[in-house]
Amino acid sequence: MIHFLFHRLWQSALVVVVVSFVVYALIGLMPGDPIDLMITADPKITPQDAARLRSLYGLDRPILERYGHWLSAALSGDFGFSRLHAKPVMQVLIPAIGNTVTLLGLSFALALLIALPAGIAAAYRPYSKTDYAINMVAFSGISVPPFWLALMLIIVFAVMLGVLPAGGLGNIGGAGEVGGIWDNARYLVLPVTSLTIASIGGHTRYMRAAMIETLRQDYIRTARATGASEARVLFGHALRNAMIPVVTIIALDFGYLFSGALITETIFAWPGMGRLIFDAIMGNDFNLALVALLLATVLTLVCNFLADVAYVWLDPRVSFQKVDE
Amino acid sequence: MTTLSAQGIKSESMWALTWRRFVKHRLAVISAGVLVGLALAAVAAPLVAALIGADAETVDLFNRFQPASWGHPLGTDEIGRDTLVRLLYGGRISLFVGLTAAFAAAVIGTLIGIMAGYFGGRLDALLMRFTDGVIALPLLPLLIVLAALDLGKLGLPDALVASENISLYRIVVIVAVVGWTTVARLVRGSALSLRERDFVRAAEAQGASAARIMAVHILPNLASPIIVATTLSVGNVILLESVLSFLGLGIQPPIPSWGNLLTNAQELIWDAPALAFYPGVMIFITVIAFNFLGDGLQDALDPRSSDRRSRQ
Repeated sequence: MIHFLFHRLWQSALVVVVVSFVVYALIGLMPGDPIDLMITADPKITPQDAARLRSLYGLDRPILERYGHWLSAALSGDFGFSRLHAKPVMQVLIPAIGNTVTLLGLSFALALLIALPAGIAAAYRPYSKTDYAINMVAFSGISVPPFWLALMLIIVFAVMLGVLPAGGLGNIGGAGEVGGIWDNARYLVLPVTSLTIASIGGHTRYMRAAMIETLRQDYIRTARATGASEARVLFGHALRNAMIPVVTIIALDFGYLFSGALITETIFAWPGMGRLIFDAIMGNDFNLALVALLLATVLTLVCNFLADVAYVWLDPRVSFQKVDE
Repeated sequence: MTTLSAQGIKSESMWALTWRRFVKHRLAVISAGVLVGLALAAVAAPLVAALIGADAETVDLFNRFQPASWGHPLGTDEIGRDTLVRLLYGGRISLFVGLTAAFAAAVIGTLIGIMAGYFGGRLDALLMRFTDGVIALPLLPLLIVLAALDLGKLGLPDALVASENISLYRIVVIVAVVGWTTVARLVRGSALSLRERDFVRAAEAQGASAARIMAVHILPNLASPIIVATTLSVGNVILLESVLSFLGLGIQPPIPSWGNLLTNAQELIWDAPALAFYPGVMIFITVIAFNFLGDGLQDALDPRSSDRRSRQ
């Protein structure tokens, strides 16, 4: 078991290194390198100057050498400077991480609170009217374009009804009146709602499928035969087993959730990591884009790793002696 | 027919059985109808344009933000272009991208999955770890990087890079590059069990090459999972295309797509909320129809799921 988790950690570290190299290489292929940007800013730079600057910054070296240089600097804690924000990359990232974690955490919790009971209710009487209705809602959730849903929420609640703000973070105790908790929370309502709706559909369908599969098992029939109450059958016998595949899939969906956060944050002007990455890529802020993308990858892999731990906890039979089935 | 087959008098062909299971899934049948309708409307876009005497690109600044009328059934946009005609042309692009990218992704996924499943061992471990790695990544940010690449630096010919349709080809490639994982896992799982079957063993004993066994003996047996997964992925592809186009990284104007129609509309939500409404509804209807269709095909093609249904 320790061996298995160790193996997983090692694999995740490998993924991070591969991703960092791929992203590093890809960013080199984006339009405009740092010297091009200097030329745009200062037309007096001659081609000779540009060549000298390139060799000064090592931009004329082979990609592997440059990557190695970046990696060793990063490992010693130097992630470079953000061009857009004129600050060290980490100083820009840390507040953004907090904002994204708030947004993702709330939506994730809310989505589970709605989706898991809905999936169980649907699975309890498959192909009944309830199941049909829950399925319709779940399918709609999967199929709605998340950015369009966000726009519609803005149109209804900010434009037409005018009850909620269309975007931003609220007053953070700056000049003027300091917003109360409710005032700041109002800015969270629409982003959290739209992100929650985007993930409910998938979760409901996973839960339903897993529960239907579990309720067909012999031990459920046995439990019923011993006269256990329906509640005990559902929550005492079925739920834990049904949760095993659900946990794995939901954890794998974290990457998807992060993608959703990027859209939501961009539309609602929520200063989180998703929006930061988007702005960094669009604004040629290579250092920031690279580190932020890697951080998002690491966060996703950490969630997947936690799912593996949860898997072991939920299913004591799994010993993980054999890593590859 | 049901009673006859129940009495064992008449046996049905596999396809008849599949069809019968499919038509039982009412939503899937309706969705298939809706999709055919949408495809026809998209194909007939020039016809509709001629009929109402408007086209997708003529700017008419005297007729901005017109409400719905006979001349403009859905009104006009911020520079006086007909909304309905632009929606239909956008549908052509979005459906084209959805179908081609989903197909390309299915081809990649099938190749990777069949090789992993048939050869097994190290190759399988390597390919599947790779697949797991791709699945776990936060894909949208990476797609944005891919979409922002300077194709000239990749060494592609200038004529291609400068061509008007480059954004179209680019998005198909980008989506296919990340969209193959579901198909690969499904195909790998089925191929793994198929290679132990007698007909594959027999072919091996006769000295058939690995390529021949995979193409002739294994691939046909994978049709069901591939068809289902591909249908379901068309919806996802259309969503991805619309997101990227919405962010300004997918299909580039003046070519209209449902995604980039929403980019403009976003800035106009205070003046013309209806412009933001229609393209999203089209995406929603198309994606949900593909999802229902895939669900119906799964019930029809995968006997285990229909077995499940009859047990309940």
